[in-house]
Amino acid sequence: MIKVENLYKSFLDIPVLKDLSFEVAQGEVLGFLGPNGAGKSTTMRIITGFLQADSGKVLVCDHDIAKNPVEAKKMLGYLPESAASYHVMRVDTFLDFTAAIRGLTKQEKKRSIERVVDLCNLGSVIYKPIEHLSKGFRQRVGLAQALIHDPGVLILDEATDGLDPNQKHEVRSLINRIAQTKAIIFSTHILEEMENICTRAIVIHQGQIVANGTPASFRQETPTGRLDDFFLSITKQKNHQNRLLQT
Amino acid sequence: MNQINKITIITKREFGEYIGSPIAYIFLIAYLLLSGIITFTLGNLFERNEASLWVFFSWMPWLLLFFAPAIGMRLWAEEKKSGTIEFLLTLPITPIQAIIGKFLGSWFFLIIAILLSFPMIITVNLLGSPDNGAIVTGYLGCFLLSGTYLAIVCLASSLTKNQVSAFILAFSICLVLILIGYPPVTDILARWLEPRTIEGIANFSILAHFDSFERGMIDTRDFIYFFSLMIFSLFLNDLAIKNARA
Repeated sequence: MIKVENLYKSFLDIPVLKDLSFEVAQGEVLGFLGPNGAGKSTTMRIITGFLQADSGKVLVCDHDIAKNPVEAKKMLGYLPESAASYHVMRVDTFLDFTAAIRGLTKQEKKRSIERVVDLCNLGSVIYKPIEHLSKGFRQRVGLAQALIHDPGVLILDEATDGLDPNQKHEVRSLINRIAQTKAIIFSTHILEEMENICTRAIVIHQGQIVANGTPASFRQETPTGRLDDFFLSITKQKNHQNRLLQT
Repeated sequence: MNQINKITIITKREFGEYIGSPIAYIFLIAYLLLSGIITFTLGNLFERNEASLWVFFSWMPWLLLFFAPAIGMRLWAEEKKSGTIEFLLTLPITPIQAIIGKFLGSWFFLIIAILLSFPMIITVNLLGSPDNGAIVTGYLGCFLLSGTYLAIVCLASSLTKNQVSAFILAFSICLVLILIGYPPVTDILARWLEPRTIEGIANFSILAHFDSFERGMIDTRDFIYFFSLMIFSLFLNDLAIKNARA
C-alpha cells in the first residue's frame, strides 16, 4: 500500500536521503529505526506530502504523492512528531474540524468521532482545550485525528515519545488492534518497542537503509542476541565504512 | 467535496480561533476605543458642525496599519513555530485552499471589528442628516483596505516563524504603500523628481485609491487596485509556502 522508490532529498546541498526504496503491505507494521538525524522524519514527511523529494517516487494506495497529492493524502493518517495540534481548540472541535476537512458527512462525523474517542480513551477530556492536556493525552488526540477517517495507511512519527509506561502500553495495544487492515509506518528510538509492535523493521542511517528484516532476524545477527548490540554494530560499521571511503 | 467547501472549513476554524482568543478581544476593544478617540477628540467631530464620518474614514489607513498586522501576524508564523503547519498541509487540501481560508477567516474578523463602529453612524444620523451613501462607500473602502493589508500580512507571516518579525515586515510594506502617496512625503520627493514621476508613483499608493471611497465615489479602477494587491500578495504567500516544502 506504500511504495517508496529511489528517494533522494537534500537540504542546502547536504544529502539527507540517498536512494531510499521500500514497500509496506496491508497488515504490516513497519518499524523505522535509526539514530537522530538519520532521515526518518524526512522520509515520513515526504510520504505524507509535506516535503517534496528531489527525485524518486512515493505511491500511497497507488496514488503518486507528488502528482496527485490530494487523493494520496485522503488515504493516509499522519501523526507528526510531537503530535502538533491547534492548542487553543477543544478536543471535540479539533476532531470535528479534522473530520469535516476529510469530507465526512454530519452523521459519519458523529460516528467516527465517537469511534476514535473510544479507541484512544479520550472520553474524559473531550470538552477540554488541547493546551490544558498532559503530553500523553495530546499524543492520543494526535492519534485520534490520524484515525478519524479510518485510513488504510498510517504514518506515526514517534507516537510513544514522552508517554509513561502505561500510556506506551496503551498505544502499542491500540496499534496492534488496528494493524491487520492497515499499512503502518512507526518510527521509534526504542528497540524493545519495535519488537513489540512491528512485523518488520528497517534501520536508516545517514539517509540509507542499512538493515531490513524482522526483529527476530536482527537478533540472530549478533552473537549476544541483543537488539541494541545489533543496532550499535550496524550503525558503527557504516560510520567506519564512510571514514574509509573518505580517506 | 468541492474546493469552496474546504476553504469554508478552514475559514471557520480560523475565525473561530479569533472569537475564542482573549487577545483578539483586547485588539478589538483597543481598535474601537482608538477609532472613537480619533474621530471625536482629534478629529473634532462635534466642533466641525458637519454630519459626516469623513474624519473617521481618513484615519483608517493609519489605524489599520497597526491593527491588521496585529490581527494577522500569527496566521502562518504560529503554524510554523508550533509545527501545526505539518498537520495542516498533510490534510487532503491544496496549499492555496489553506491560504485563502486563513486569509478570509482573519478578514471576516477585521470586517466585524470595523462594523462594530456602527454607533458612529447612529450618532451622525441623530445629530444631522449625513450623506449615508458616502458612509456606505467609506465602509466598503475600509473593508477593501483591511483585506489588502491582511493579504500583505499573510505574506509576511508566511516568511517567518516569528510573529514580531511578521508584524514589522507587514507594517513596513503597508507603510510604504501609504507614504508614496502621502503629501508631506511627495512634497519632499518633488525636490528631486519630475512631477509626472511623482504622480505615477503616487498612483500606487493606498491613499490614492482609498480617497475616492471616502468621498462617496466608487471607481472600478480602485477595486482592481485593491483586489490585484490582495491576489498578488496571496500568490507570493503560496510561493513562500511551496518554497518551504521544497
